[in-house]
This record gives sequence, C-alpha cells and structure tokens, in this order.
Amino acid sequence: MDSPKRLFWKRFSRNKLAVIGGIIVAALFFVAVFAPLVSPYDPNDIDRKHILEPPGLQHLLGTDDLGRDVLSRMIWGAQISLSVGFVAVGISIIIGMTFGSLSGYYGGWADRIIMRLIDIMLSIPTFFLILAVIAFIGSGIWNIMIIIGLTSWMGVARLVRAEFLSLKEREYVLAAKAVGASGLRIIFRHIMINSLAPVLVSAVLGIAGAVLVESALSFLGIGVQPPTPSWGNILTLGKDNMEIAWWLSVFPGLAILITVLGYNLLGEGIRDALDPRLWGTESE
Amino acid sequence: MKKFLYIFIALIIFLGCKDKPAKTEKPDLKGNSYGPAYGDILIEGTIGEPSVLIPMLAGDSASHSVAGMIFNGLVKYDTDLSIIGDLAESWDISSDGLVITFHLRKGVKWSDGVEFTAEDVMFGYKTIIDEKTPTAYKEDFLQVKKAEVLDTYTFRVTYGKPFSPALTTWGNLVVLPKHLLEGRDITKSDLTRKPVGLGPYKLNKWSSGQEVVLESYKDYFEGRPYIDRYVYRMIPDPATTFLELQAGGIDMMGLTPIQYTKQTENDFFRNNFQKFRYPVFSYTHMAFNLKHPWFKDKRIRQAIAYGIDKNEIVDVVLFGLGRPATGPYVPNTWPYNPDVKKYEYNPEKAKQLLKEAGWEDHDGDGVLDKDGKPFQFTILTNMGNTLRKNTATIIQWRLAKIGIKVEIRALEWSTFVNEFIDKRRFEAVMLGWQIGLDPDQYDIWHSSKTKEKEFNFVGYNNPEVDGLLEKGRRSFDIKERKKAYFRIQEILADELPYIFLYVPDATPIVHARFKGIKPSPIGISYNQPKWYVPKPLQKHAMEP
Amino acid sequence: MIRYLFKRILEMVPTLFGITLISFLILHLAPGKPTDILSDFNPKITPEARERLEKMYNLDKPIVVQYGLWLKKIVKLDFGESFSTDRRPVIDKIWDRKQPLLDRRLFITFMLNLVTMVIILAIAIPLGISSATHQYSLYDKITTTFVFIGFAMPSFWLALLLMMFFGIQLDLLPLSGLKSMNYDSLSLAGKVLDRIKHLLLPVFVSAFTGLAGDSRYMRSSMLEVIRQDYITVARAKGLPEKKVIYNHALKNALLPLITLVGLSVPGLIGGSVIMESIFGIPGMGQLFFMSVMTRDYPMVMSLLTIGGVLTLAGNLLADIGYMFADPRIRAKQ
Repeated sequence: MDSPKRLFWKRFSRNKLAVIGGIIVAALFFVAVFAPLVSPYDPNDIDRKHILEPPGLQHLLGTDDLGRDVLSRMIWGAQISLSVGFVAVGISIIIGMTFGSLSGYYGGWADRIIMRLIDIMLSIPTFFLILAVIAFIGSGIWNIMIIIGLTSWMGVARLVRAEFLSLKEREYVLAAKAVGASGLRIIFRHIMINSLAPVLVSAVLGIAGAVLVESALSFLGIGVQPPTPSWGNILTLGKDNMEIAWWLSVFPGLAILITVLGYNLLGEGIRDALDPRLWGTESE
Repeated sequence: MKKFLYIFIALIIFLGCKDKPAKTEKPDLKGNSYGPAYGDILIEGTIGEPSVLIPMLAGDSASHSVAGMIFNGLVKYDTDLSIIGDLAESWDISSDGLVITFHLRKGVKWSDGVEFTAEDVMFGYKTIIDEKTPTAYKEDFLQVKKAEVLDTYTFRVTYGKPFSPALTTWGNLVVLPKHLLEGRDITKSDLTRKPVGLGPYKLNKWSSGQEVVLESYKDYFEGRPYIDRYVYRMIPDPATTFLELQAGGIDMMGLTPIQYTKQTENDFFRNNFQKFRYPVFSYTHMAFNLKHPWFKDKRIRQAIAYGIDKNEIVDVVLFGLGRPATGPYVPNTWPYNPDVKKYEYNPEKAKQLLKEAGWEDHDGDGVLDKDGKPFQFTILTNMGNTLRKNTATIIQWRLAKIGIKVEIRALEWSTFVNEFIDKRRFEAVMLGWQIGLDPDQYDIWHSSKTKEKEFNFVGYNNPEVDGLLEKGRRSFDIKERKKAYFRIQEILADELPYIFLYVPDATPIVHARFKGIKPSPIGISYNQPKWYVPKPLQKHAMEP
Repeated sequence: MIRYLFKRILEMVPTLFGITLISFLILHLAPGKPTDILSDFNPKITPEARERLEKMYNLDKPIVVQYGLWLKKIVKLDFGESFSTDRRPVIDKIWDRKQPLLDRRLFITFMLNLVTMVIILAIAIPLGISSATHQYSLYDKITTTFVFIGFAMPSFWLALLLMMFFGIQLDLLPLSGLKSMNYDSLSLAGKVLDRIKHLLLPVFVSAFTGLAGDSRYMRSSMLEVIRQDYITVARAKGLPEKKVIYNHALKNALLPLITLVGLSVPGLIGGSVIMESIFGIPGMGQLFFMSVMTRDYPMVMSLLTIGGVLTLAGNLLADIGYMFADPRIRAKQ
C-alpha cells in the first residue's frame, strides 16, 4: 500500500489544472522573493522624459504618470500583494483554529457563543465591515493585513470545529483520555494534526481571497498607499487615465487574475487530492 | 446556452442603433458674428457635491460655487483686484478707517418678491457671530465693535481697531433673508437645501448625488442673465467627466494637466471648445513642524529646499501648467515680491549645509546619520489628491539622492486635520492654502495663532513678522501695506517655515458656443451672468 | 410551518443584537471622540459649543448606556443625523421620501442586486445542470474554465476593461450614473432604454463574477443527486431522460441552491460598494464609501446595521423558500 503522502502526490499530479496552479504559485513566489534581482528598473525612479509611455522596448509594460517603469512596479507589487495575502491568512488561521478547536472540543456554552459570533460576523457584509474598520483606524499595509485577517477566520473556524466534532469520539482520543493526558494536550496533539489538511486548503484559497480584497482596497485608494506599488493602486492610475494609458489597466489586472486563479486551482487541487470520497475506498 | 448568445448579439445591434451626437458642429461655432440672446443651458461637471447652499454654513468649494450664484454680497472684486460695489451702491470710510457706512441699492428683491434691506445685512451679521452658528468665518466679523441699521438702505459698522481687510469681508457670507430665517435655527431650515437668494440664479431642483439645477432669476438687479439654466452635474471622477464632455453631456469642466496637454490638442477640441489657463489663487507647500529638534535648525530646512527641484515638479506633476512658488502670494499680483531668496536645485549645496549641521553618511548605508540616528522623516498629506501625492513622491525620490529617507503617509482628510494637524503630531506635511484676494495672512503666520485648531500649526514665531502683520492689517495705505508684505516675504524666504512649492494654473474648458467669457486675473467665472449663447448656436432651445 | 418560521426568527434576534453591538463598538475603536470630526467644519468652535454637541450625542455617558440609548433610537428607525455638513437625518439620505422611488439609494442598490441575482440564477442553473449531465465532456471543461476565471476575476478590473472597450472604443455604452443628461426629454421607451444602457455594464460585471459559485454548486449538487438510487430507479422504469433530470433530479438539486442564494446576499451588498463607486451609481454602497471617507460616524454605524439586517432578511427568505420547497421540513411539523 502506498503511504498517504505518496497517494496524495499521485492524485495531485494527475490533475492537470492543479499542477498548473502549483506552477503559477511557485513562479509568483520566485518573482516576489527575488524582486530586487528580477526587476529591470528601480520601481521608484522618476523619469520626466518618459511619462505615460505605451509598452515598448525600453519599458516592456509601459510607464506610469511619473515615468516609472510599470513592469518593475508590478514585480515589487507582487511582493506586496503576496505578503498581505500570507500575513492576513496567517492571522485568520490562528484565530480560526483557536475558536474552532475550543468550540468543537468543549462544546456547550463555548460552542454556542462562538457559533453565534460566527453568525454575526457572517451577517455583516464583509466588505462593509472592512471599510468601516479602516475608517476608524486608518489604512496602510499593516492595518489592512490585520483587518483582512480579522474578518476572514470564520470559514477556518467552522472547518476545524467540524473536524473536532467528527474526530472527538475516535478511539485514540478516548484512549489518550484514558491514559490521563490533560484536555488541552489531547486537542493539540491528536486532533489538530488531522485538521491541518483541510485548513491548508482553506489557507491556500484564503490567500487568493486576501489578494483580491487587498487589490480592491488599494484600487479604491484605501489599501496600500502609493508610492508603495500594489497591483490595485496601479489600476487606480489606469482608471484615471483610461483613454490614454490602456496598459495601466490591462496588466496589473491580469496579474491579479492569474494569481488568484493560480491559488484557486492549487487549493482546489489539494482538496481533490485529499478527498477520499472522490477516489473510492482508500485507507487514510 | 445558444439562446443567450442570440440575445446578446441582438442587444449589441440594438444598442448600436443609438444616435451618436454629431461630432462636427454647426458652422462658425468659434466666431463672434452673432449677438447676445437669452436661452440655452450650461452644464458644468463637478466632482464634489454641495452639502449646504447657505454661504456662511458651507465649508467646501462645491457648496460655495453654487451658493455664489444664488447669493450676492455687499461688495465684490473687479478684474484688477479692486473692490467694487455689488449690493452696496457706494460706501464711506471714516478717516480713521474705523467706520464703514454702506449705501445699499434700492429695489433689489429676494426671489420670493420681498425687498432686500439693511435689516437683512444686520440679520446676517448677527447670525454669523452667534455662537450657535457652525461657521468657519466668524473671526473677521468678531472684529466689529458695533453694527447699526441707520435706515432701510444704510448699514454702518464700527471696528474696534483699524482692519484693512474689513471692506473685503462684506461679501455674500452675511446677506440673508431675514423674513425667512428670523427666529429659526438656521442649520435646520429648509433654506439650506432650498435657498431663497437674490443672485443671478435660483434653485430649481437638487437631485442628491446627481445634479443641482439652477434657473435664471429674471428680476436680478443687474439684469436677467442670458443663460436660462445652469446645471451642476456631479460626476465622481475626472476621466468620466471628460468622456461626458466629449459626448456632449456637459459643457464645462476643469481639466487635469494631462487632459489639458495630451487629450485636448486635436481638431475635435479645437473646433468645438475653448480652453483657458490662469494662475489659481492658491499654492502648494511642504510645511515643517518647527518644534521638531531637527527642523528647528534653519540650515536643515534650507538644505531640503536645495535638494528639491521645483521646476521638475511643475513639469512632471503639472505638465508645466503652473510655476514654482517663492512665497505665499500669486506672482504678478501687487503684494508679490519677486526678489526674494530662491533655492535652485543644488544637491551639493544641500549636502554641505547638512554636513554643517552634523549630518553625514558615517556608516555608508546611503542615508545620512548623526549620533547613530538616520535622517528619516514622514511627510503627511491627504488622500485623494493626485497632485500632492505625486509631488510628495518626487520629493521623496530627490531627497533620497542626498541621503534623506522620506516616508509618505496619505491620510483621509478629517483624520489628517483632527488627529495630526490640530494635535501637532507631524514632522512635515504637504498641503496647500487658498490665497485670499486680500494679502492679510495674520492667521497663518502670527505667533499668537498657534493654539489647537488655529492655522499657524507649524509654530512659526518671528517678532519682526508679527509686527509687520499687524502693520499690514491696520494700515489703509496700499504703499505701506506693500512694504510690509514685501519684507515678510523676504523673511519667510530666508527662514523657510514652509517650502513653497508651486502655484498651479486653473485650466477650465468650455464649449465653444458660449460667448462673452473674458479671462482675467480672477478667473473666468466672475461674469457668468453675462455669458450667452447666440440664437443660431443654442443647443437646448426649449425650456422643458 | 409557522412554528418553524417563528423559531428561525427567534434565533435571529440575538444575531441582530450582535450586529448592532459590533457596529457600535467599531465606532468607538476610533481614536478621539466622534464629535471631533464635527469641529473640522467649524475651526472656531468654542469649548461650550463642543460640550453641547457631546451632550447631544450622549457621549458624556458610560458606554453601556450609550449603546442602550442608540438601540432605543434605532428601533424607532431613528438613525440620527449625518455628520456631513448637510446634517440630514441618516434615514433621509438612504430612503428620501421626497424623492421619486427610483432615485432612492436603498431602492437603487436593492434593485441592482436583485436583477444581478436573477440573472445569475438564470444562467447558473442551466449551466450547472448541463455541466452535470455532460460531465467530463469538452463542454463541461470549457464552462468550468470560464467559471473559474469568473471567480478569480477582480470585478473592478473587468469593469475597467469593459468601460474602456464599450464606453470608449466603441462608444456604445455610458460610463456612469443611472441616466443620461437628457433623460427628462426622452420618450417612455427612450427612458427605459436609457436606464438599461446604464445598468448593462454594472449588472454584467456583478453577474459574471458572481456566477462561479452558484453554477459550481448547482453542478455538484446535481451530480450528487444524479448518483442517488431513486434516479437509477426512475431510469430503470424507462422514463425519458429529460423527465428524469427535470422532474426528479432538478427539484432536489435546487434545494441547497436556495440556501446558497441566501448566503450570497452579504457578498452582493459588499460588492455594490465597488460597483457603485466605479460606475458612479448613487446607491447605498456609494453612500457607505463616502461616509467612510468622511468619517461620518452615524452614517457608517447605521449602514452597517442595515446591511446586517438585510442579510438576515435574505437568509430568512431563503429559509422560507427552502421550507416550501423541501417537503421533509413541512412534514416534521
């Protein structure tokens, strides 16, 4: 019998779309991490002779209203967008796992309160909530990382809670209880590890969502503030110069699309590769 | 699926059958061969929506623009910046300058038919100084010691101390219809959204979020305005506004520098529109918090000035539509002093000054340092202002070249004003000031105006300037005032509490069928009631 | 049936409280007092006048009391007055009784989202069904790809691209607002056409990006149902395939979709902020955005609460719909 890991890889590699997603994500990672090396120009270099130039040999994706190279700004923008994605998702996972495990393991009042909280959070349109909080504590890259994290933990919480509910009664948990391990230890060692898989899927998909939200906020002018480059805030320039600078609108949006698509495909691919139901009866 | 495809194609064809506006207009659109005629509608595209149409309650320019068409003042500015009568036919100023007696025009009627009298001015004055009235413009009127209605058409004010800007303050802020507002809370009155005025236009309709429609007041005392209707259409951004201009949906807008230079230099625009360009009465600056340990030192402020290339900013940000500023006055106006110290871009000199002040790159990381601390500061500015944002970005980039690290933080306007400016929690800010037509700038530079929420928020304190400011506002002799303001500009240029960056140009564009527009130092809108569209060129000939 | 409904409504009450609580708390997250912003418009405001303002907004009382007072006012639909210079009551800015129905902000946003939802369902359901019945075919793969792209597409980008293409290049569609400058002078047919032209892009963009979730769900729901035993039985009985799908499978597959529709209400409301801002549509979303920018606290608090209430209402409707559709629930009573 193949180990679970090998099974996973086999299934994953058979899924062409998932592999494409993986490649996209890896490529983005590379660009983001090696931005200083990959970027042809300094993203902040102002060039009064090349303002609003269309794509050409010198500037592959054109220049913006201060003469800065769009390609370079987009490469550094990748770093920004992905950082926001990772940190925001990190925060949401920590919160989500905490609430989910408390809710699922202890049940009773804790469960009811937490579920109610989740209900409430889900009832307020998330974007409204994010905007309202930004109104009161300001925008900027750190603030939006935290805000996005604080408003997207609900899915993870539910997931972890479900895992807990279903795994609570499994033998080894009962066995550990019999042996006398304290409640807390049981949670974190045995069950958490099992719930990591769906949480991973949620995280990957969450990054896609966070990148979308960050670009929307930056596009509206309340996310990442210029002159720090973000795909969203380059699009703002695109909108203001719709008639004369199509490249400012087309390329950053394409980057967002590809990024989100990549993470979505990867996340769905991991989920499909993990899901025993789709693959008939195989042991875990 | 196929069904939807067919429907989609049908829709496209259907839509294509719309009638496009004619891109070639009637002959002789640009000529002046026709005479004035009544009729037509002028549609102006604006970004801001007015919030309240009573001038003294308004804080924003959108409200003032619209309210300005509905309310007149006792006096107004002529094209050469002198004061001429509006609702006041004439006035006498006592020899000591403390008493002004206004003789008001007779027979002027509010748009509901009631006659305008000195009681209305008195009522307006009392309202504006009332502490319950939420207005930003009290201060000037608090200088008045006594106000009297001598008879139906005569209004007299007495000042405690000579106050040279006094005459100019009696504009449209203090003329209110007493018969409609007496005894009521002005902020709750209908008149904030359905004003009754006596200006060339009156309110016809206000669709919140969409447009404000004004119609001409046929009994306006200067004569019925030629253009029958004036519409302010609210469009959220310049790109869309520009498209509406091309499509014929609006007739007038303020162009951005890019639009002015790159998008309107073609036949279509040359044949159908007229562009204007003149300096605005405002300037953009970078202000230092003078209590900051580094910015206390004049050499540092001067060094930063040498490290900035103002011409580059005007070229890149304004596309050349403006000029560098050297002080708080508009070039070519009488208070402007052309001979003050200028700071041409000179990074070497900047570095030298910084070195004198103890700042050098000791650790070779590209950033100047002193006692182990790197030279780093934050420029705060307000969100949503592309010109300021770009200016700050250029400054950041230039200062990086001389080893100063600048962070830019854009804040939403109210937070900016309340949390940072008012509480003096900033290192440097990038802002602008409107320059009044009277040169008195006491509120900005006098050392007594440094309390919270007052306008000397940098903490500037120079006894000589204080004295000159006093002299300037107490004297009525224009030569004496000019001397005082010239000397003030010399001192400001040397001490640099602000780095004065640029005075931008206004670049409005109006459809060619509107005639009678006469550009002047005070702009083009001052004689709007006299604009007209000749009968053969009128577009909206019928009044719906 | 009524009892079920009652139970559901009762369950929503604490959630409603929670929504108001959170909206209220967010307000107090802000540094400084809420009335600080009012003095932004009156730089020469005296300390006495400021105190009067604070009294008016109950800021001098402890937080719990403030919350209670605010709740009392909301129940009467008194949301206070906007902090912006026009000082109008909040409720008037959302639902101005003096304006024609078509111009009221809440109505505009509501209609926009309703139309979008209808279009999404009209496309997603058939799409999901046909994808499920032709699973693994080329058709399925293509539609799946489209749907994935729609899901990943930033709505504001699509809006921008379409604006550039249809609005500028082809000059076919207007770029902003709900009606043209010359609306009033158009015939009735002209007016209808004008409104449609203005709504075409915003609705298309919202629908396209919202399509993905629902059609995928429809597809997987349908797939699951098809696998059920009773479908096999129906086929074995010799029923024509069309009847099998549409009469038996569809009804059951639609059920979870109803819940999904209810769940997508907050997403649509939130999305309207972006759509209305880009297209200059004077609806609730645009108002919310502007209030956030100007720190109009009463406005923001009220709109958050209203948004939450609308979501709950949407969920309730979805529940009712589910109740009618699923006989099992009715049978339980």
